[in-house]
Amino acid sequence: MAVLVIAEHDNVELKDPTLNTVTAAAEIGGDVHVLVAGSNCRAVADAAAAVAGVAKALIVDDPAYEHHLAENMAPLLVSLAGDYDAILAPADTFGKDFMPRAAALADMAQISDIQEVVSADTFVRPIYAGNALATVQSDDDTKFITVRTTAFATAETSGGSGSVEEASAAENPGISTFIGSEVSKNERPELTSARVVVSGGRGMQSGDNFYLIENVADKLGAAVGASRAAVDAGFVPNDYQVGQTGKIVAPELYVAVGISGAIQHLAGMKDSKVIVAINKDEEAPIFQVADFGLVADLFDALPELEKELQKIGN
Amino acid sequence: MKVLVAVKRVIDYNVKVRVKADQSGVETANVKMSMNPFDEIGVEEAIRLHEAGKAEEVVAVSLGPQQCQETIRTALAMGADRGIHVKTDDELQPLAVAKLLKAVIEAEQPGLVILGKQAIDDDSNQTGQMVAALLGWPQATFASELDIGDGNARITREVDGGLETVDVQVPCVMTTDLRLNEPRYASLPNIMKAKKKPIDEKTPEDLGVDIAPRLKTLTVTEPPGREAGIKVESVAELVDKLHNDAGVI
Ligand SMILES: Cc1cc2nc3c(=O)[nH]c(=O)nc-3n(C[C@H](O)[C@H](O)[C@H](O)COP(=O)(O)OP(=O)(O)OC[C@H]3O[C@@H](n4cnc5c(N)ncnc54)[C@H](O)[C@@H]3O)c2cc1C
Ligand SMILES: Nc1ncnc2c1ncn2[C@@H]1O[C@H](COP(=O)(O)O)[C@@H](O)[C@H]1O
Repeated sequence: MAVLVIAEHDNVELKDPTLNTVTAAAEIGGDVHVLVAGSNCRAVADAAAAVAGVAKALIVDDPAYEHHLAENMAPLLVSLAGDYDAILAPADTFGKDFMPRAAALADMAQISDIQEVVSADTFVRPIYAGNALATVQSDDDTKFITVRTTAFATAETSGGSGSVEEASAAENPGISTFIGSEVSKNERPELTSARVVVSGGRGMQSGDNFYLIENVADKLGAAVGASRAAVDAGFVPNDYQVGQTGKIVAPELYVAVGISGAIQHLAGMKDSKVIVAINKDEEAPIFQVADFGLVADLFDALPELEKELQKIGN
Repeated sequence: MKVLVAVKRVIDYNVKVRVKADQSGVETANVKMSMNPFDEIGVEEAIRLHEAGKAEEVVAVSLGPQQCQETIRTALAMGADRGIHVKTDDELQPLAVAKLLKAVIEAEQPGLVILGKQAIDDDSNQTGQMVAALLGWPQATFASELDIGDGNARITREVDGGLETVDVQVPCVMTTDLRLNEPRYASLPNIMKAKKKPIDEKTPEDLGVDIAPRLKTLTVTEPPGREAGIKVESVAELVDKLHNDAGVI
């Protein structure tokens, strides 16, 4: 029995979601292999083979996989599926794109966004924005699974002594082309793996005011997130969105500022360890999930928070 | 070019869903149902292509029980030309939906197929990718911008790192993200007009598709709740609590 994890990477570095996915794979049981499909991605394969618990890294080094186009990735996964009881990828925009395509090509179901491995064929996944949890069982020969990364610990990046083996590329249908990307650049920690996240909502009133959030985030070494309303209004880029249809986060500390707490937002952050809400409306639903609620005007509270954090040496 | 849009009937996004006591699912009796919000965005995009002269016809397809016709009527009232209802009372999982849609698409031969990126009930985020796979067509998921030409479409996608642009051959499958457009409301005259637009009814048997579920749902339970928190009086108290009690800063 073996399980295959699809590595998320940019051909240079192995990305964190892969590490959580390895942990989920190990819970299913059997040897854990990691597929590194990319272009000039040898360093990533070496990194994957060194991850604790990984028995083998498969490398497919071919320009067709440089940008992980789903049309090319899916046939590759299907060509390997026969050797595996399960294939796992993170449930982020990387894995969500090609995994269902691969599953359908193989005529298998996909089990989306699992947050718990009950047994090798039974998994728990959230539905209805996390307002219900479904326990589902699959008897497909290969289970195609995407993993809610915040629900599984990060595997150690060292300690493993897996081998690196070459695997063959599959046929490339040549029906899609990567044109370019606009990557939001900032020096902050990755939103989905940050220890602290500070998010702003419509209450921020404008993108210009987000410096207030950033100043607090700087003091906390935090990532910055946002509600859909703040993204739709153009205050911040789309990749800041936390929620049912945005990013799922579960940091040690989540600070929601000027966010009302719609169920779609809560779906993305309610598994955070400690939740703080700052909102001027004491009836705002966000207070129902907050461990510490402060009813205040954010334009007073944020500068004050920055000062208080300074005092305790942050 | 013809555009085909999938529209799913789901529990309205404003409803707080309740898990049934017998753990068999969530309560749907007397609950407000609506078109999946991502599908409203899909219908809007298709209608805009029609209005811009880039599409000749917009066909809205829904799969499921009789009431799906209401969802199709909503799409028709927004501006779609006709509907197709694949009627079944059986549970439909994404792979089965994809197979049914494939059969409809093969009969209809659209140049563009639009689905929502995610249905807000099962939160699967699979069906569009599966339809594309079964047809052997390219897919552009999580779209926030579409520029469709003769033989290709240039589509901007919302990804975790920011935005990505791909060029795909047409016909293709696109799934919508939130920022693609802002869907319109149907006007009263258009709602009246929609009543006369045709809806074609089919069954999975007509289409020759096996829709047996692949995943067995063992239980549906309520997630653990959070313990009630406290209100703090000041920023200083907040920082003190986070530092000394919670130990997170
Ligand atoms: C299909 C679909 C998917 C969605 N997906 C997501 C998602 O992934 N993520 C998400 O976040 N939302 C999502 N939403 C949107 C969600 O329903 C809410 O509309 C959104 O979360 C509201 O954002 P908000 O809290 O910033 O804005 P609002 O609800 O307008 O709240 C603003 C808050 O700011 C407070 N405020 C205003 N001024 C101040 C001030 N000076 N000081 C302090 N407080 C102030 C107000 O009291 C209010 O509570 C989705 C909706 C749909 C239909
Ligand atoms: N029963 C259905 N009827 C019509 N469209 C559907 C149905 N199920 C899924 N879809 C389409 O597939 C999209 C993604 O659904 P899902 O993969 O279930 O998250 C939806 O936004 C719809 O466009």
